[in-house]
Amino acid sequence: MSERDVSALLEVKDLETSFLINGKYYNAVDGVSLRVNRKQIVGIVGESGCGKSVMSLSIMNLLPKNISRIRRGEIVFEGKRIDHLGEEELNRIRGKEMAMIFQEPMTSLNPVFTIGSQIAEVFFTHTNLSKKEARQRSIELLRSVGIARPESVVNEYPHQLSGGMRQRVMIAMAIACRPKLLIADEPTTALDVTVQAQILELLKDIQATNEMAVMLITHDLGVVAEMCDEVIVMYAGKIVERADVHSLFYHPKHPYTKLLMESIPRMDREVETLSSIRGIVPSLAQMPRSGCRFAERCPKAMPECKIVTPKLTEHSPGHEVACLLYEESVPVHEVMK
Amino acid sequence: MLQYTIRRLLGMIPMLLLISFVVFTLAKMMPGDPFGGEIDPTRTDPKYIEEMREKLGYNDPIYVQYWRWITKFLQGDFGISTTHKMPASEIIMERIPNTLLLAVTSLVITYVFAFFMGMYAGRKPYTISDHVIAGYNYIALAVPSFVAAIVAIYFFSFKLNLFPYSGSVAIGLQPGTWEYYVSRLHHVALPALVLGLMSTASYTQFLRNDIIENSRKDYVRTARAKGVKESKIYNKHILRNSMIPLVTFLGFDLVTLVSGAVITETIFTYPGLGQLFLQSVATRDYAVVMSITMLLSIFTLLGNLIADLLYGIVDPRIRLE
Ligand SMILES: Nc1ncnc2c1ncn2[C@@H]1O[C@H](COP(=O)(O)OP(=O)(O)OP(=O)(O)O)[C@@H](O)[C@H]1O
Ligand SMILES: [Mg+2]
Repeated sequence: MSERDVSALLEVKDLETSFLINGKYYNAVDGVSLRVNRKQIVGIVGESGCGKSVMSLSIMNLLPKNISRIRRGEIVFEGKRIDHLGEEELNRIRGKEMAMIFQEPMTSLNPVFTIGSQIAEVFFTHTNLSKKEARQRSIELLRSVGIARPESVVNEYPHQLSGGMRQRVMIAMAIACRPKLLIADEPTTALDVTVQAQILELLKDIQATNEMAVMLITHDLGVVAEMCDEVIVMYAGKIVERADVHSLFYHPKHPYTKLLMESIPRMDREVETLSSIRGIVPSLAQMPRSGCRFAERCPKAMPECKIVTPKLTEHSPGHEVACLLYEESVPVHEVMK
Repeated sequence: MLQYTIRRLLGMIPMLLLISFVVFTLAKMMPGDPFGGEIDPTRTDPKYIEEMREKLGYNDPIYVQYWRWITKFLQGDFGISTTHKMPASEIIMERIPNTLLLAVTSLVITYVFAFFMGMYAGRKPYTISDHVIAGYNYIALAVPSFVAAIVAIYFFSFKLNLFPYSGSVAIGLQPGTWEYYVSRLHHVALPALVLGLMSTASYTQFLRNDIIENSRKDYVRTARAKGVKESKIYNKHILRNSMIPLVTFLGFDLVTLVSGAVITETIFTYPGLGQLFLQSVATRDYAVVMSITMLLSIFTLLGNLIADLLYGIVDPRIRLE
């Protein structure tokens, strides 16, 4: 690999994103730092409500402005800060350099425009293609994401397509300008199991042919094992563990990660929920002020877990964890006491 | 769609038959027959009255009378207006263009204002401009249209002398000349403005709320993720969705405006259908009352059909079959 290949494409530094609830701001993403290299597939896992979507929407600057804001931190894309960009500059990047597909394929397309016109809009926004060329390219794109009879699908409306087909259309739209980064926020959660596998396969193919980096958000560690180079485990707005896929699966460190592993759905079962972990992710307003946020539900919790906030630190090369079971994670001033 | 339209039109026939029944029965049940106003019973020979009743068919069995009325109506013979001593069809036909002109003009005003104000307020909710627009809307909704009409006449006609306060055209102008059309527009302007500016309030507020609601939809987020400009997101993606309910109102609006501008027409003494209807009821001019009621029923059904057809056109999810 050349020097350029491993250089960071996206860097998130100490990101805090908060929502306005009853007149106060609460952090849904609380001090997240991460890095996505070129051509890399990074998986983000965690239960529902852990802040995965909020984090990815912050990167794209797609959160509703009136009720949310990025309070702290930087988002650096290709060496340039993008968190403070104006609408116009941001729109030169969105859809062109980085693109996103969402959790809800059923509602993500505009119901009153044809599939063709919605894909072509990406070309009209970012390139000088003529109407005819854009249509031709749209048909090619639809074919490349595995849609049969693309010539007629371009003239159809979203309601005429199945959920799986709509997600393929979303993927086609996202990759239209060959972005360098694709953020896929639980792209298969809303789909049938058989369709899920097809969509993931498609994403993997596209990633390889387009040489793009992918940030794949999912509930499902099984998917991560199959697709990703690196994994980030999030809990309640914070990163609790980060490692390459191999070490995460063979040497998981954080009790939360271990519990997630145990709840990986087997091939023969269609279990989506992570039912084996008792309790639920605390809501934003009920987040503990200090200590480990998982302590409440952790089978290995120690008395100090509710007081001392663990720090995400490297435990072994390339493997970071934030848990007081590992002495690296104990904050420095606590050790000195 | 053509098939659908034809089927709907055919479906109207039994409906209209039923309506004609009701209209006819109601007219028959009204106190005093249409004859009563024409002659003075105290000074006329009762035998003569009886002769006339016989001659005019009032003594025939009811179904014969109904049949006579409905067949003539279908042939365009609406009977003779007792007040105007003219065929009712002629009087009505004279009024229809006036009413249509008023309806269409005020509808254009309603929609143009609703679009501009609603779009603006919906895009910038909770700003000062939004509050100003909302304030206007509440006033327009609260003030009855006859009050607005009277105030408008007082200021714009009497005080400022900008608009005529009655009639549909200046007297003595030749139809077909340029001046004639200008004068008609001049006469329709004030009632149309009053009607339009009053009814635009609910549309504006509706559009504003619909735009706010649509702006939170997932497809808007998708458009943003594609890098589409904010103005295009509002003017294309959101507006195209928010237009759907508004456009479907159009069919119903035409109906309400044609039948419901009674008060405004009366205050402006604008010679439209609504005003004619009110006069005819007062003078028991049954030929006119029955004909207008029938025409409005037909118009209502057509308006509903238009609304449904428009719905099918603007919303691809609706299939008319
Ligand atoms: N628009 C919003 N207003 C207020 N709170 C929000 C909003 N969106 C998200 N949150 C809160 O932020 C936290 C993180 O939510 P987020 O949607 O990022 O979770 P997630 O990890 O994506 O979950 P899922 O797997 O269900 O998609 C949750 O507590 C949620 O309630
Ligand atoms: Mg989510």
